Amino acid sequence: MNLKKANFEEKVSAVPTEVSGAEAVVKCLLEEGVETIYGYPGGAIMPVYDKLFKYRDQLHHVLTRHEQGATHAAQGYARVTGKVGVAIATSGPGATNLLTGIADAHIDSTPMVCITGQVGSKLLGTDAFQEVDIVGMCTPVTKWNYQVTKASEIPEVLAKAFYIARSGRPGPVLVDITKDAQFENLEFSYQKCSGIRSYKPVPDVNLLQVERAACAIDEAKRPLIVFGQGVILGGAEELLKKVVEKSGIPASWTILGLSALPTDHPLNVGMVGMHGNYAPNLLTNECDVLIAIGMRFDDRVTGKLESYAKQAKVIHFEIDPSEINKNVIADIPVLGDVKQTLQLLLELLKPNRHDTWHNRFKELYEVEYEKVIRNHLHSTKRELKMGEVIDEINACSHGDAVVISDVGQHQMMTCRYARFNSTRSNLTSGGLGTMGFALPAAIGAKMGDPSREVVALIGDGGFQMTIQELATIFQTGAAVKIVVLNNGFLGMVRQWQQLFFDKRYASTEMVNPDFTSIAKGYHLKTNKVSDRTSLRGAVQEMMASKEPYFLEVMVEKEENVFPMVPTGASVSEIRLE
Amino acid sequence: MMENRNFTVSIYTENNLGLLSRIASVFLKRHINIESITASKSEVDEVMRFTVIVKVSEDQVKKVIGQLEKQIEIIKAFYHTDEDLFSQETALYKVQPLMQDFSIQDFIKETNARIVKVSPDYFVIEKTGKRQETDDLYEKLKPYGLMQFVRSGTIAVSTTEMPITGILEKFNTTNQ
Repeated sequence: MNLKKANFEEKVSAVPTEVSGAEAVVKCLLEEGVETIYGYPGGAIMPVYDKLFKYRDQLHHVLTRHEQGATHAAQGYARVTGKVGVAIATSGPGATNLLTGIADAHIDSTPMVCITGQVGSKLLGTDAFQEVDIVGMCTPVTKWNYQVTKASEIPEVLAKAFYIARSGRPGPVLVDITKDAQFENLEFSYQKCSGIRSYKPVPDVNLLQVERAACAIDEAKRPLIVFGQGVILGGAEELLKKVVEKSGIPASWTILGLSALPTDHPLNVGMVGMHGNYAPNLLTNECDVLIAIGMRFDDRVTGKLESYAKQAKVIHFEIDPSEINKNVIADIPVLGDVKQTLQLLLELLKPNRHDTWHNRFKELYEVEYEKVIRNHLHSTKRELKMGEVIDEINACSHGDAVVISDVGQHQMMTCRYARFNSTRSNLTSGGLGTMGFALPAAIGAKMGDPSREVVALIGDGGFQMTIQELATIFQTGAAVKIVVLNNGFLGMVRQWQQLFFDKRYASTEMVNPDFTSIAKGYHLKTNKVSDRTSLRGAVQEMMASKEPYFLEVMVEKEENVFPMVPTGASVSEIRLE
Repeated sequence: MMENRNFTVSIYTENNLGLLSRIASVFLKRHINIESITASKSEVDEVMRFTVIVKVSEDQVKKVIGQLEKQIEIIKAFYHTDEDLFSQETALYKVQPLMQDFSIQDFIKETNARIVKVSPDYFVIEKTGKRQETDDLYEKLKPYGLMQFVRSGTIAVSTTEMPITGILEKFNTTNQ
């Protein structure tokens, strides 16, 4: 038996030419259509950087100020464009600094290729200067990884890396290249990878399952849709909208599903999960059919699993077979690419309306509005609320901006109150909850789509985790709008300390520097507001700026995010205060 | 909660560097102890087969299979209970020459063990069988002075088919 292990497209690049491994790396990136990469040079990756210099007119390299920033910028780029983000770093600490971003991309299914330099192959295992076993370290958080020790391997390995990163359920791939492989010459020719025999990125659709799903949906009296990022990754936003409209089913979303359906769509009933909206959380435990689309039943979504949607028939549209029955048992699993399965479903569904059921959502929204939302958006207290700032940004952006949030209270507020008209507009670190994500991700997002307004909302804690990327913003001129919501606390942890640790505020109060002075030091336009009367003008000025802009807003110190499903509680035990 | 029991996980993979670590990480991430692990070539050219024994619930082993199959270079993974398998382990016992008395030779014969190496300083007994059988021989030989003992991981073939060739051929016909 003679079986090929991977397939490559018919040769596209010209006659083989002899180049160094380092030059081959750059040529591979160009063959894959990469325009921008993020990275930081160092000893073991210098041959590649030398060739990046040679090709600087064709490939834009952005020097971040920390390798973690490079990964988050690559993620921001990938999330806005749908293309593979690329980050590059040297061996040792350069490589280990990538790990947080790689783990973030892994849990949030972001297509990313990381390239690291490695010590010469003869030095491997000798504890050489800046040697770490990065392949061993990143194995649990990469979709695939590989160590290249011969230049001749580079084209095939990078072709596979890009194919794996973007196909099926996307994810991060790391390719580690020894320094001698970068110097060595090879005959370069490039063929894109089109298949790997041990890897089936998209499972075959079982039409019978789609029919069973359509039947169950048609018969449902109280159906609820929960959609996630799978809809965005599968490019099925329009299909989702058509399914929602034809079936008349209220649609809720996970944090990463946000922006796949316009905020003001009449059937958009808000966010599920720990700080999601009241109605979709409560009614998860009253619906008769739960239609999960491209989401993975994260614990922050489900709360206590033993009492999650037990009354409902669960239909799960999913591309990754390992997600089926992982957390919630699916009565009707529908495997496949949502773009295929939702199309089939759409054709099968009968037009329907669920007005009485939908009215329940509206009634509960009113309850949430009175108890929570009014206070968040139209506070009469002296101190500013995070929600008001977000609402002012909405007023300026009209829902057209890319809004990036960091991690914590402001993140939950942003996802609750930011408004979106179009997809790929909400960027945040969902699964890993990586503080420091937003600032570098905003740089990547702006470069991915310079035509769009990019606003990063960041807490005073997370801002200081990747604050050095202000230098990247200054150097590149990436016109991002940075809003630091400063409450002088690690607010989310403080909220938990208040609610569950008897107000023992262990290491959550922050004595902060003067952020505007720091931003000024990076030559950014800055402003700072702490009162309601100047908020609107400050936000308008920021949004009107053609240049990068830093706005610090002093907000209420001890504001809490509600509603809240406490850890270990059922979604129906959601608290409004 | 489903009861924990022994499952044999058979994993067919490409023969690539780092796969052992990737497989181990799937178990480690879920805090599952690997009771034994072996790697060898399989019935298919250039395809490796890992045999991993774990003591978990059926629910857990199903999820592990899903996570394993998700790994790019793993072609397919299966799990079986002891009833669906023919499994064996091999043990080697290095013993002192003074054990050359007849009573020992008798029970070596009785247990279907073999003396595979004889030298003036020691001799080596080999026993292939179930875990319990190699354990029994261990207990019998111990009083006579066991110089070294080693046992392989469990290797097992399933009573049902593991259709690897079909999967690989399908790739070749659908990706021409």
